Amino acid sequence: MYGKPLPVVSATRDPAGTFEYLTTKKDELVGWARKFSLFPYPFVTACCAMEFMAVSGSAYDTDRFGAALPRFSPRQADLLMIVGTVTQKQAPILRKVYEQMCEPKWVMAFGVCATSGGFYQNYASLPGIDKIIPVDIYIPGCPPRPEMVIDGIIKLQEIIANGKHRILNDTF
Amino acid sequence: MIAPAELEHIAEQLKTRFAFDVFLDVTAVDWPDQPLRFQVVHHFYSTAHTVRVRLSMRVSEAEPVVPTLRPLYGSAGYMERECHDMYGIQFAGNDDLRPILLYEGFEGHPLRKDYPKQFEQPLVPYRF
Repeated sequence: MYGKPLPVVSATRDPAGTFEYLTTKKDELVGWARKFSLFPYPFVTACCAMEFMAVSGSAYDTDRFGAALPRFSPRQADLLMIVGTVTQKQAPILRKVYEQMCEPKWVMAFGVCATSGGFYQNYASLPGIDKIIPVDIYIPGCPPRPEMVIDGIIKLQEIIANGKHRILNDTF
Repeated sequence: MIAPAELEHIAEQLKTRFAFDVFLDVTAVDWPDQPLRFQVVHHFYSTAHTVRVRLSMRVSEAEPVVPTLRPLYGSAGYMERECHDMYGIQFAGNDDLRPILLYEGFEGHPLRKDYPKQFEQPLVPYRF
């Protein structure tokens, strides 16, 4: 999909070869812009953080997908990456972080603990973060391979590119 | 194996006479079928002699009380709070047994054998 050009149709071309104006679809253009500018907020709680570092580092380099720069304030982020086990005691904090993020926002469950609780089925652990917040993409694995994370990011980008992007909504 | 009433005296002797200056841990073991259900275990360490000592005592389910060691070892307060969280052991004289690993409103003691294995007490209501 990276071979696909900017979803823009040229209308006229002047003799110098530059565009006077372009026509496109709003959702396609906004989706194209948004999918390459994911600012992740890493909510990192456990050992999956090692894998998160590996996938952010130069060998796998999420920067190639525009998802490299972590923002350490949820207000500046649009991708919430939950990396690791979330306990019942942490659940209110995660819920608050999610609610502080501005629209548009997406959520990635990184690792099997965030996806379903994994092998923690007890009094302390949350059995999957989708019990408290909506999740857009799940990456299972304990921990997931960097390739799986990159695959997840690409799939999320497809979701964003094919989604509806409301510029104005009822609450704005 | 000692009696709970002897704990304070023995710990004081360990600290003052035998240089056991580190309080390592206090934990408990649950024996649901035995009359004195809980075994409370204290661990001490001496940095001068590099020796560990383990004290163990039994208390009943109806009265799971052992004396606190907080006046002797300041760090005991945290571990007694954890032991109180997990097993419901009361530490007489420790007036700060707030939850430390669990949260306010948690009912029961999760490391007791009769706590249901997968019983959850969520703080945030589940979406489904």
